[in-house]
Amino acid sequence: MTRVNDFAFKIATANGTGSASANGLIMQAIFRMGVPVTGKNVFPSNIQGLPTWYEIRVNKNGYTARTPHFDLMVALNAATYAKDVAEVRSGGYLMFDSSWPLDDKLRRPDITYIAVPLAEMCNALFKGVRERILMKNIAYAGALAGLIGMDTEIIANLTKEKYAAKKSLLDSNEKAIALGFDYVRANFQCPLPIHLEKMDATKDSILIDGNTAAALGAVYAGATVGAWYPITPATSVMEAFKTFCMKYRRDPATKQKKFAILQAEDELAALGMVVGASWAGARAFTPTAGPGLSLMNEFIGLAYYAEVPAVIVDVQRTGPSTGMPTRTQQGDLMMCAYASHGDTRHICLYPADPAEAFEMAVKAFDLAERFQTPVFLVSDLDIGMNDWMIPKLSWDDSYQPDRGKVLSADELEKAKSFYRYLDVDGDGIPQRSLPGVHPKGAYFTRGSGHNKFGGYTEDADEYQEVLDRIARKIQGATRAVPQPLVKTTPGAKLGLLTIGGCHAACVEALDLLAKDGIALNYMRVRGFPFGDEVRQFLEQHDVTFIVEQNRDAQLRSMLMLETGVHVEKMESVRYYAGFPMSAHHVISGVKAKLEKAA
Amino acid sequence: MSYIAKPKVHHPSLKKNTLGLTRRDYEGAITTLCAGCGHDSITAAIIHAFWELNIAPHKVAKLSGIGCSSKTPAYFLREAHGFNSVHGRMPAVATGANAANGDLIMIGVSGDGDSLSIGLGQLCHAIRRNVNMLYVLENNGVYGLTKGQFSASADPGSTAKKGEANTMQAIDGALLALTLGATFVARSFSGDKNQLVPIIQAGIAHRGFAFVDVISPCVTFNDHEGSTKSYAYTREHAVEVVHADFVPLRDPITTDYPEGTVQHVTLHDGSTVKLRKVAKDYDATNRDAAYAAIRDHQRRGEVMTGLLYISPDSQDVHAQNETVPGPLTSIPHDQLCPGNDALQKLQQQFR
Repeated sequence: MTRVNDFAFKIATANGTGSASANGLIMQAIFRMGVPVTGKNVFPSNIQGLPTWYEIRVNKNGYTARTPHFDLMVALNAATYAKDVAEVRSGGYLMFDSSWPLDDKLRRPDITYIAVPLAEMCNALFKGVRERILMKNIAYAGALAGLIGMDTEIIANLTKEKYAAKKSLLDSNEKAIALGFDYVRANFQCPLPIHLEKMDATKDSILIDGNTAAALGAVYAGATVGAWYPITPATSVMEAFKTFCMKYRRDPATKQKKFAILQAEDELAALGMVVGASWAGARAFTPTAGPGLSLMNEFIGLAYYAEVPAVIVDVQRTGPSTGMPTRTQQGDLMMCAYASHGDTRHICLYPADPAEAFEMAVKAFDLAERFQTPVFLVSDLDIGMNDWMIPKLSWDDSYQPDRGKVLSADELEKAKSFYRYLDVDGDGIPQRSLPGVHPKGAYFTRGSGHNKFGGYTEDADEYQEVLDRIARKIQGATRAVPQPLVKTTPGAKLGLLTIGGCHAACVEALDLLAKDGIALNYMRVRGFPFGDEVRQFLEQHDVTFIVEQNRDAQLRSMLMLETGVHVEKMESVRYYAGFPMSAHHVISGVKAKLEKAA
Repeated sequence: MSYIAKPKVHHPSLKKNTLGLTRRDYEGAITTLCAGCGHDSITAAIIHAFWELNIAPHKVAKLSGIGCSSKTPAYFLREAHGFNSVHGRMPAVATGANAANGDLIMIGVSGDGDSLSIGLGQLCHAIRRNVNMLYVLENNGVYGLTKGQFSASADPGSTAKKGEANTMQAIDGALLALTLGATFVARSFSGDKNQLVPIIQAGIAHRGFAFVDVISPCVTFNDHEGSTKSYAYTREHAVEVVHADFVPLRDPITTDYPEGTVQHVTLHDGSTVKLRKVAKDYDATNRDAAYAAIRDHQRRGEVMTGLLYISPDSQDVHAQNETVPGPLTSIPHDQLCPGNDALQKLQQQFR
């Protein structure tokens, strides 16, 4: 059956063989053909040798969620052949390196085998072990190009752009592509029934991962201090921040830096540095993941109680403990919302894709300074490390950072008095002063009990007064955080509510469920604390399906805690095994609950 | 309770510095430590040092961790921002504050529990980074606020108040600092203000991490016979090897010492430390020699004091980072944000 611009394929290789550049080339070529495309990198916590996969979904309707059904498998790792063969959809295709014979046990009658002697051809054409391995990967890209009908001119241009500075690499890449391409054209009916045709659906889009986008947001927000401890999958946030700062933040004449990146000894110190830098008046942030967040709990509590801004980018991975560092999950939802001992509640922003990672990164700095508190950008590995197709980013040049109630030297000079924790305006947000500015601004920042004047206290009433004001302050942020996204269907009595990276799967599932006659109203929460419209949404529906990626239904727990809506009105739909959520997870979850109820 | 404000009425005859401020202007709240606590003497030395250096108090940031020592920033420089952070984590906060605003004059006060146990890692890394700050470790060998447990600086054989002897090896902050590449290492005694004040001043002027270990007896839990951190023990066993005289930038060097006994070290801001050698042949710019000398004195049961090591070519965090001059906090947003044109151009590489 012919299927144009609507299929998925998967490439199985070993880590460290250079397959990333081949996969990137394929993604970009499809994108430049104007066809919507998404890639999911399924990689091991390893540098060399362990199996790795790259999944590419082509979808003319623009659905970007992961699909677990593959029409074509490029099986190049003998170690995973059995598993890879099993994953091909019936009627699909499997391309393998026929330099070695394929075990008969791996033959399936319902799929078509495409034998390409990649190693043999590359060994004949290239010299040296490393080049042969690398070019084998480029050769499979060439073969794929032939099989699914990628535009050869686009590939040629991409290769030229990429290796413009390295002539020898350009030559070998061009040769390797031709090797694979010519072979499949000569030996198979090309293109396959599943193939590409040029469209015009990507010209206003870019391909970007969420960590790069978040880092870009930090640059545009004016962050000057970044402190971090390397951790998968958050590392590339700081790497990207550094790259952008080296490009945009150096004095043209002296090359001196208008930023400081501190690689801390651990995450305790990383957040301590952010707290110190923010206290001194810089916009500062730290990217981390679950294990780092666990260590940061101590400083999160201090920043909350002493009211110091801090931006924490949590790129969630699977937990508990070390978990699977290279797999995705939404396992930190509750920790971000209520981190640290004692009574705390934190502002959280939940991006669903790199576009929101960019916007919300900027927002996070504004909110952290405005509310003088830690703000979490709760991303995940899927958003952070995979390439997503998103509308081109734009920037409003009239943007001014919201520094909140920071008093200038002038204002302090004129002020009759300054008390750090006094609720002067009745909104729960006190005035703030920075060190080194004015003698009148001096106060003592502390995590121990303090009164509204900033003095140490062990007095019951004084202590409680400050604690209650902070609660009011944070509650006041409900109107300032990004508001929920709502999509209603006339007559729908059921709701579906989700968060962050589940969005792509939910959007696709809603369309497919509607085709089956199941109408659902949709809400995606984008910020915490939740506003009243979240409670209303839950109350308005007979049942709302709560879709999330963790075992314990953390989002549902938060909804119960924060809205008081009874748990019976919420049906939990979860997938938490480490892959990005697919539409079929949502659909089967919803249908199972409906069937049970019927 | 550190909120009791001191009366600001000054005696008219109090001496003023070049800013027109008296020493009282460099004080803070009334101490809540035990009467006779070594920490209060160190506070007095800090007040004197800042006053004499004519530093405007609000240009200073004073930071600490948790513990008796960490309460003391409330007792000096009331016009400076203070940060009583979390236990053992002051170095990270100081590192961040310094990164944001390198113009802040930073003093960190910590104790032996804060620095050598819970915060050992942070101290080590602040030394490695060479954060530009004065770091005063008020060292009494004991946990005060939790009533008398041994700290990591308690010497083997030293006894607790109830007679129990410490069996574990002590962590010596000065040796540790030297090993980690510290650019300024000093040891003093809270009871020796003449020695301590110029060390603090030199530490403030030093561009980099100035580590000052001050033996500061705990009168309540560690001032008995059998303690090696008591007033009596320290007075008897302290051996000053080198005495620092701090000479600010504009002051002429007036005192003369016999040739060969004085070593001049010029600091980043142009001020000078004159190191008067009490011990013959001691070279305070030789890290290995300093290390060996400290070990040598330890073996003899002595506490070697003075400005033990100073590196004349210290490179602090900002020098290493090649940061623009001035605080990062004062750079206007339009210099930090590349703008929409740059964003559109950049995105061509994402296609």
